[in-house]
Amino acid sequence: MSKPGKRILTFALPAIAGILFLAVWYGVRAMMSEDQKFLLPSPVEVLSAFGEHRSVLLHASLNTLEGALIGFSAAIVISLLLALVLSLSPLVRASLYPYLMLLQMTPVIVIAPIILQWARPGLPSVSIITFLICFFPLVVNTTQGLISTDRNLVDLFRLYGANKRQEICLLRLPAALPYFFTGLRIAATLGPIGAIMGDFTAGSSAGDGGGLGFQAIIFSSQLKMAALFATAMTGCLLGFVFVAGVVFLGWWTLHHWHDSYHRADS
Amino acid sequence: MPTMVDLNDVAKRYGDGPLVLDGVSFRAEKGDLISLIGPSGCGKTTLLRLIAGLSPLSAGSLAVEGRAPSIGSREIACVFQDPTLLPWLTIQKNVELPLRLRGVSTAEREIVAQRMLSLVRLSECAQRYPRQLSGGQRMRASIARALSLSPDILLLDEPFGALDEMTRAHLNEELLDIHRQEAWTGFFVTHSVAEAVFLSNRILIMRANPGRIIHEISVDLPYPRTEQTRESGAFLSLVGRVSSLLRAAEPLPA
Repeated sequence: MSKPGKRILTFALPAIAGILFLAVWYGVRAMMSEDQKFLLPSPVEVLSAFGEHRSVLLHASLNTLEGALIGFSAAIVISLLLALVLSLSPLVRASLYPYLMLLQMTPVIVIAPIILQWARPGLPSVSIITFLICFFPLVVNTTQGLISTDRNLVDLFRLYGANKRQEICLLRLPAALPYFFTGLRIAATLGPIGAIMGDFTAGSSAGDGGGLGFQAIIFSSQLKMAALFATAMTGCLLGFVFVAGVVFLGWWTLHHWHDSYHRADS
Repeated sequence: MPTMVDLNDVAKRYGDGPLVLDGVSFRAEKGDLISLIGPSGCGKTTLLRLIAGLSPLSAGSLAVEGRAPSIGSREIACVFQDPTLLPWLTIQKNVELPLRLRGVSTAEREIVAQRMLSLVRLSECAQRYPRQLSGGQRMRASIARALSLSPDILLLDEPFGALDEMTRAHLNEELLDIHRQEAWTGFFVTHSVAEAVFLSNRILIMRANPGRIIHEISVDLPYPRTEQTRESGAFLSLVGRVSSLLRAAEPLPA
């Protein structure tokens, strides 16, 4: 296929898929009885719910974003420190990995009530839940990066008499950056989900008015389906902004030297 | 000529494994360019690691400029089979690295790096990243980095093995030119007999299981060596002699 043809298809296919999706949406609605229709509001109703509840949704989004950012940032800092400790020796990794796995395997929905007892509902609990969700992929990927440094480069640093601090700051940490960003991208997709989930289980209207999860509970109790759909889409948008931010940060940090941004076929 | 490296009955084994090197003895004088040639697994790279102080001896003695080798000493630099440049640093910053690790001031290391890059004819690539350079250019940058410390001894572990024949021949000539200007003592590991004969004044032929030196050949071809050297009868006859000694040392399996 010619290049312009391919380019047109690149834009046309998602548009066609979108139109088909809307058609299916309306089709399903058309098959529903009148008293069932409230379960699936039309796209127009969802859009108007956006407009109607925009200030509530914006406020809730900012609250969710705040929880996501605090949890996410804490996960970055603590996972980096822990990854540095884990990279020290296989013995340290063997000692700590089982407990990290245990933490990862425990469903957040079960931990949330415990956290709720330990920390205040609202932002503190939401941030901790986000932290727990983001932490694991970050620490595993960063540790892998720190221990995967090219053996020859380590020899080179030893040969030139580098001390441990120089080896970590000038070699191991920069070499681990691509791994770190892989973990960061996974954590970025989980961050807002964690914050919304945390908000759903441990959110509070006290003080900050709650985030998107808490708002979903309110809309759900009021049977405002269109507003619920609008909340879900706001969450989706928030996640997209979060991931896009991290992808940009990764590109900005790595594009001038890392091969993944310079494939022969790109 | 002062003795730069003195090995006496050196042996090396890793852990409980078999002997990698056994009974290795030789002396390198100042300005020598010694090629180590032999089959894979004969301990050429291990020998370089011992001289660099990257690995301890299992037996025997080894003196570098009269002292036991120690890592971090300024007199030894190494060029590996891969260029081992840090991909996130520009070529100039890569060349500055050994000086940076030793706490040399920014201004001083910039001057040294520029001089070294000009020596290997890479001045115009100073601000590029390694991925933007060809294989040959990357290897020249690696040599410039090794030379930035003005080492007395340069260890080269098959540095041109991954390059095409033309680039390799060209870099051989450049290396000799740099050697003439900087006058270090060189150890050059290679699998190419022609390269060993072209570069060195001495060739050590090794055999494996365990690795030991079985022949030492003096290469009396005059320096500077050029393309004409490669076509001379003396060069070709030396290549033939070293090749047959290598074959005799490691006969092909039936």
